[in-house]
Amino acid sequence: MTALTTLSLAQTAAALRRGDFSSRELTQACLARIARLEPALHAFITVTPELALAQADAADHRLAEWRRLSPPFSSFANGGGPGWGLLGIPIAVKDVLCLKDVRCTAGSRILENFIAPYTATAVERLLAAGVVILGKTNTDEFAMGSSTENSAYGVTHNPWDMSRVPGGSSGGSAAAVAARLAPAALGTDTGGSVRQPAAFCGLTGLKPTYGRVSRYGLIAYGSSLDCVGALARSAEDAAIVFTSMAGRDPQDATTLDVPVETITIRDSTPLADLRVGIPQEYFVAGMQPEVESAVRAAIQTLEALGAVVEPISLPHTQDALPVYYIIAPAEASANLARFDGLRYGPRQPADGLWDVFRNTRGERFGAEVKRRIMLGTYALSTGYYDAWYGQAQRVRALIRQDFEQALARVDVIAAPVTPTTAFSIGAHGDDPLAMYLEDIFTLPANLAGVPALAFPVGFDSRGLPVGMQLMGPHFREDMLLQAAHVFQQATEWHKSSPMV
Amino acid sequence: MLEPIIGLEVHAELETQSKMFCACPVVDTTQAEPNTAVCPVCAGMPGALPVVNRRAVEYGLRVALALGCEINLASIFARKNYFYPDLPKGYQISQYEQPLARNGRLVISTSQGERVIRIRLVHLEEDTGKLTHVGQAGPAYTLVDLNRAGIPLLEIVTEPDFRTGEEVRGYAQSLRSILRYLGVNSGDLQKGVLRIEPNVSLRPAGQTALGVKVEIKNLNSFRALERGVAYEIQRQSDLLQRGERVRQETVGWDEAREVTFTQRVKEGDEDYHYFPDPDLPPLVIEAAWAEEIRAALPELPAAKSLRFREQYGLNDYDAGLLTAEREVADYFEQAVAAAPEAAPKMVANWITGELFGLLNQAGTSLRECRVPPSALASLVGLVSRGEINQNSAKSVLGEMFTTGQSAESIVASRGLRQVSDTAAIAALVQKALAENPAQVAAYFGGKEAVAQWLFGQVMRAAKGQANPQVVRAELTRQLAERKD
Ligand SMILES: [Zn+2]
Repeated sequence: MTALTTLSLAQTAAALRRGDFSSRELTQACLARIARLEPALHAFITVTPELALAQADAADHRLAEWRRLSPPFSSFANGGGPGWGLLGIPIAVKDVLCLKDVRCTAGSRILENFIAPYTATAVERLLAAGVVILGKTNTDEFAMGSSTENSAYGVTHNPWDMSRVPGGSSGGSAAAVAARLAPAALGTDTGGSVRQPAAFCGLTGLKPTYGRVSRYGLIAYGSSLDCVGALARSAEDAAIVFTSMAGRDPQDATTLDVPVETITIRDSTPLADLRVGIPQEYFVAGMQPEVESAVRAAIQTLEALGAVVEPISLPHTQDALPVYYIIAPAEASANLARFDGLRYGPRQPADGLWDVFRNTRGERFGAEVKRRIMLGTYALSTGYYDAWYGQAQRVRALIRQDFEQALARVDVIAAPVTPTTAFSIGAHGDDPLAMYLEDIFTLPANLAGVPALAFPVGFDSRGLPVGMQLMGPHFREDMLLQAAHVFQQATEWHKSSPMV
Repeated sequence: MLEPIIGLEVHAELETQSKMFCACPVVDTTQAEPNTAVCPVCAGMPGALPVVNRRAVEYGLRVALALGCEINLASIFARKNYFYPDLPKGYQISQYEQPLARNGRLVISTSQGERVIRIRLVHLEEDTGKLTHVGQAGPAYTLVDLNRAGIPLLEIVTEPDFRTGEEVRGYAQSLRSILRYLGVNSGDLQKGVLRIEPNVSLRPAGQTALGVKVEIKNLNSFRALERGVAYEIQRQSDLLQRGERVRQETVGWDEAREVTFTQRVKEGDEDYHYFPDPDLPPLVIEAAWAEEIRAALPELPAAKSLRFREQYGLNDYDAGLLTAEREVADYFEQAVAAAPEAAPKMVANWITGELFGLLNQAGTSLRECRVPPSALASLVGLVSRGEINQNSAKSVLGEMFTTGQSAESIVASRGLRQVSDTAAIAALVQKALAENPAQVAAYFGGKEAVAQWLFGQVMRAAKGQANPQVVRAELTRQLAERKD
């Protein structure tokens, strides 16, 4: 049965439609693998086996119905139309997305007993498409971190090397997919939290355009940056998850009414017309040489596949880090104000109202969360607002302008995802700044709101995956996915999996 | 000589179907079962997001346009951050630097003549929940009701243009009247759907710098508003004249004792860490939409009052009284239209005098009144044609009010119709003069008061149902005839 979990999502979907195996069998195989590997890996905060099996049975019912009513499956081997690609497919969901009646912790002790009263739109759409939810994956507390070390529920291990981090904050989702506990998972990306763990775990991870996937039901960190994304084993698989959840949501005023084209991944499309820009600012001194060489080799592969490569400049790249660490914490300081122990979550005993607030928040938020709340509160203080938050917004506009100008000349921008491969658990210990530097290549896309896709392009000498990202114009996820797919048709990196 | 400087902040709940940022219904929070109109959005559940209620924006625009404001075509919702149990998200979504509208004005009439009150801004925000403190016996605790959390609130802020409690009251009443005309707020101060919060400071006359401001809350009636302001002016004036300082604070009005008391002392400016709410894109108002709303505005009280004066020849007082409520004005115009032969002034008097008296006594509103405008018009018609006299008419109206019967049927069943037939009355007069030659002689001898006695004789002969005016005229005519 373990063989079931080695298939890609697209292959699994086709097999389910053919009736090679049932969703229940597949789900049981995933649950068995979770039971076996979780103790060492710790990808999940909550596993939901009963829910998963019930959803699998419902999916099997729909699949049987579909087989009864549809023409011979052969013509549906790949695809079968939107809404069918996920029927019966098990996925894992990052524990910052609400799922009705299931605990949602956001990796924090302040929500350790919080049962979500409703389901996030992105999850709801996948449920409508027939997915089976295996459980909620580990995350840095409130998605603040790059390693899952900030989770109140323990660190997740990287399946490629259990002594290393899987990246973060969507580290649980990345580890689950890499270890083949699930064919795909949902993550969120505020400053790189889908792409960086995808790179560390050898996966394909999509951060869509800001406003492309509803944030309704996503526990907010940095509201103007947060994006719900997909982690999968290929661009083709990521595309299936992405298109099923994208599109305007009347419950999220920041989603935009741009039609979600069915992304038809074409195997044979050459990259002849694709102009790829290489930003000089993303190849910095101090980055791991093996990362740079793998990324440069991948760019050559794109060129060999027909792309036209040219150097470009994104001059405000270095400003992304300070700008991000003002805007995201400022938004977080307000977003996290609702966790006061009054309406939900545990309440620390105290005498009087103000001590309830103080004790609950003081004892139940972790250090990194408190650090960012304080940073953000300071940046928004009267008298400092303009110098910090105001200035950050102005520089953010310049970063966005960098992308607009560059993307007027080239179709996509190719760059490394991270300066290094996965680092060891505890490596950054008490040095938050070193941890923040892990995100320097991923932050700009969030600040500009553009889509970005990370995918594997090699390994370092320790056998750890190296990722590259493509960034493109707003709402052109299709272009990124298609280019990565052509790359993946010509290469084998994405097919490698860790020996777990 | 100290000069009071008063500004006003008014918070009006907008009576939309649903709340400002979610689909929960707007309910009467003094009646509804607590926490029954609540969803993840207005309860501040993790992950929930606000979406602007377009109808609330429309209501806000109605008010802003009625007050002659400039509309901000791209306004911004900000987060006002503070912790309190009635604030589920830990911040209130409120417009701040870029409000919905600015620079309006409202002209009010006072005993000193007309005054122009400048409106600084009109902005949209969400209401907070309601707290009930419990615990006279046993440990004290607080109950939180989130039914009110997220109800749309319109904040209307004036410049510090008031000098007296009377002006403040006049403005508040005019504004309430406008809000009711626009159908956006019931104007119920008692229920707190309309909250009027004056801030009062004093300064030596002639000085430009403002004194220390005190805000007054809990003013649940116009009377309380006027008295509260007057009390606060006096209190501050006493303090300053004793050489003491006024403390910057928020005070509450104690209705029973008619004094203000300290609620909260402000220590410097509180920092709410305002910033634009990233969950809500700028609120863009299409100019055409605003124009559409402006075109659809009803005739407002001031314009209506002016028209009533010109069209119906009413005085300021009556016109003001009739136009304060749209229902009354509509009632008046319908009654006038249904009684073309009656003077509008007479219709006005019947409404503001007798009908209002009956409504007050019964404690009901015009909407529930059993006397429709057409019925009142019939009654006034009977009076103006002299078919019933004033006193009978009052008692007929009383009966109409309680039974809902028509004036005609009450007059008929009670035999109240006056004799206005000149021939019949002439006969009665002739008979009275013939039967009382001595008194007629006395009249011609110079005792003019006898005419009144003769009038009484005629009226008695007519069993009180003769039209007194016709009797008087006929008596005068026949007496004059005899003299010749
Ligand atoms: Zn609600």
